Amino acid sequence: MLEIVNLHASAGESSILKGIDLTIRPGEVHAVMGPNGSGKSTLANLLAGRPGFEITEGEILYEGRDLSAIEPEERAREGIFLAFQYPVEIPGVGNHYFLKTSLNAMRTHRGEEELDAMDFLELVREKMKIVDMPEDLMSRSINQGFSGGEKKRNEVLQMLLLEPRLCILDETDSGLDIDALRVVATGVNALRSPERSLLVITHYQRLLDYIVPDFVHVLSEGRIALSGEKDLALTLEKKGYGWLEKAPPGAESAAIQ
Amino acid sequence: MSELDLARDRLLAQTSAFDRSVGEAGSPHLQRLREEGRSHFAALGFPSTRLEEWRYTNVGPIAATDFRLAGREHAPIPREVVEAISFPVFACSLFVFVNGYLRPELSASRVLSGELRVESLARLRGEDPAVLERHLGRHTDPKQHAFAALNSAFLDDGAVVTIPRGARLENPVHLVFISNGEGVTLSQPRVLVVAEEDSRAVVIQDHVSVGEGCHFTNSVSEVVTHANSDLDLVVLQRESDLTHHVSNLTSRQERSSRLKTHTVTLGGSLVRNDLRALLADEGAECVVNGVFLGRGDQRIDNHTVVDHAVPHGSSRQLYKGILCGKSKGVFRGRIVVRPDAQKTDAVQSNPNLLVTDGADVNSKPQLEIHADDVKCSHGSAIGRLDADALFYLRSRGIDQERARLVLTRGFAVEVLEQLPAPALRDVALDLLEERLRDAGVGS
Repeated sequence: MLEIVNLHASAGESSILKGIDLTIRPGEVHAVMGPNGSGKSTLANLLAGRPGFEITEGEILYEGRDLSAIEPEERAREGIFLAFQYPVEIPGVGNHYFLKTSLNAMRTHRGEEELDAMDFLELVREKMKIVDMPEDLMSRSINQGFSGGEKKRNEVLQMLLLEPRLCILDETDSGLDIDALRVVATGVNALRSPERSLLVITHYQRLLDYIVPDFVHVLSEGRIALSGEKDLALTLEKKGYGWLEKAPPGAESAAIQ
Repeated sequence: MSELDLARDRLLAQTSAFDRSVGEAGSPHLQRLREEGRSHFAALGFPSTRLEEWRYTNVGPIAATDFRLAGREHAPIPREVVEAISFPVFACSLFVFVNGYLRPELSASRVLSGELRVESLARLRGEDPAVLERHLGRHTDPKQHAFAALNSAFLDDGAVVTIPRGARLENPVHLVFISNGEGVTLSQPRVLVVAEEDSRAVVIQDHVSVGEGCHFTNSVSEVVTHANSDLDLVVLQRESDLTHHVSNLTSRQERSSRLKTHTVTLGGSLVRNDLRALLADEGAECVVNGVFLGRGDQRIDNHTVVDHAVPHGSSRQLYKGILCGKSKGVFRGRIVVRPDAQKTDAVQSNPNLLVTDGADVNSKPQLEIHADDVKCSHGSAIGRLDADALFYLRSRGIDQERARLVLTRGFAVEVLEQLPAPALRDVALDLLEERLRDAGVGS
């Protein structure tokens, strides 16, 4: 599904990722954890193709294709979905109109018929139930005046509608209380399938109680300092991130594996 | 003699032919307005860019063309053309004026009689000159504005809308002004709207051009809202890119009346919109909204003055500019609070969006406050499409150009959603989108 090889990347002048290797196979759930500034969000943005982030070395292969030459909209249509850490408020553009335009862009790309207004409404209502989203949020502008929790639900709603193959969740848990977190996780778990992969980026272990990963990677100073199975998240919760920086990252990684 | 002087004289030379064509029909009031118009236009001439008010608008392109005054006769307009112009989505009363003259055969009134009077100025001057004498030419000032003077100089026909006392009109009144012809035609729409006490109505003043000609539309509107009346006036300008358009809108509000003007400017080559709103009695509420779209080489210059003459008035102004191609936009908005106008509450805002690199806009808000117990604020901004919003849409599979179109359209929504009916908002947004696509945004 996704193969990241020796990835070096920069944002503006500063180099942020300094050699990442990561392979995600279909059906797997990978968590990427790490302290602030370790490069987690850069990784998410690179995968989605946000302008301003540049690969300086190495490559990202998605289903065998080099992602670097592919526009963000094309990546989305090919099944990559980024749930934003900070979903953007867009005044003047209706949420309903946006979701319908987006879904129909995907459907057209897949060679399917566009959904008409009635079918779309039926589908979106069904998905909204999963994330417990009030119907009036559809008639508002995109994310405008949404609470933090509502914005994140809107992200997961989009994910449910668009049915991507690779879901990247960028700190989807940030700013959520425990109830909202549970709802969001329910939405995400509804998508888990043998064909679909998840990359869950988070600072805290808490989200991983609800979205249980197959693998956990710890990012530190632009490298994967440590990889392991889900128990690693618990270790980090207890010990914090501080101890990672004291040990030579290569040695730790080797020891765990 | 300068080119501007020559152009003025060419137009004034058309007066004798005009007088012959209208004959003796006309009240003394109308005659006086024409004479005033002629003498002020002769004295003022075409404004040069040396005048502060015209710094950003070079009327050279208008002066360089030998515009011929449009008469009552015109090339036939097929019914389909009128149907394409009208808004079938809601039941409007449609009044079609061609080159400034009412065409009853193209119009369709769905208003119940007694509720509303829409008359041709030409008919009223014979039958009921009193209405005209009370208001026509009383609000616009030909001394201040050469183009208003020019309009009056050839005053012949126009729309006179009277919303009778206590009438609550459900459906909008749609006045369509078609500039028609193949040549270089000057047409001069004239509108008078009188909202009597406790009335409520929506009036749409819609400018369209038909035919391949190079038109110059020079329109003057006067609006009076009497006590406790409530009027929405939508001025939609969707002429061709060959048309020059100059408009003058003057309003006077009486006690506790509410006036909302929505100026939607989509077409034209050289466009100049002047709007002057006078809050003449206490408790008046005035909303002055606008969206202007510039494309190609368009020049769009908007000047507004909101004049708080008395205490306890409120005004809200939101003008948004969208500039594409190499177009240039201007917004100059003045709020005047006279010494007596205590407790005035005035807000003005002018955000502008530059969609492409070559476009340009000049925003100049001005506050002139002569009272001390008032609440006034203004702001303006010039920006580009938000990169984060653009990426957000693209990350959901919406291609870049479509995303640009969606965001640009969305920028106008804050203004257009204040239109008096959702159907009107949709019509305006669709027209805007069509013009944006035509300018290459979204494809």
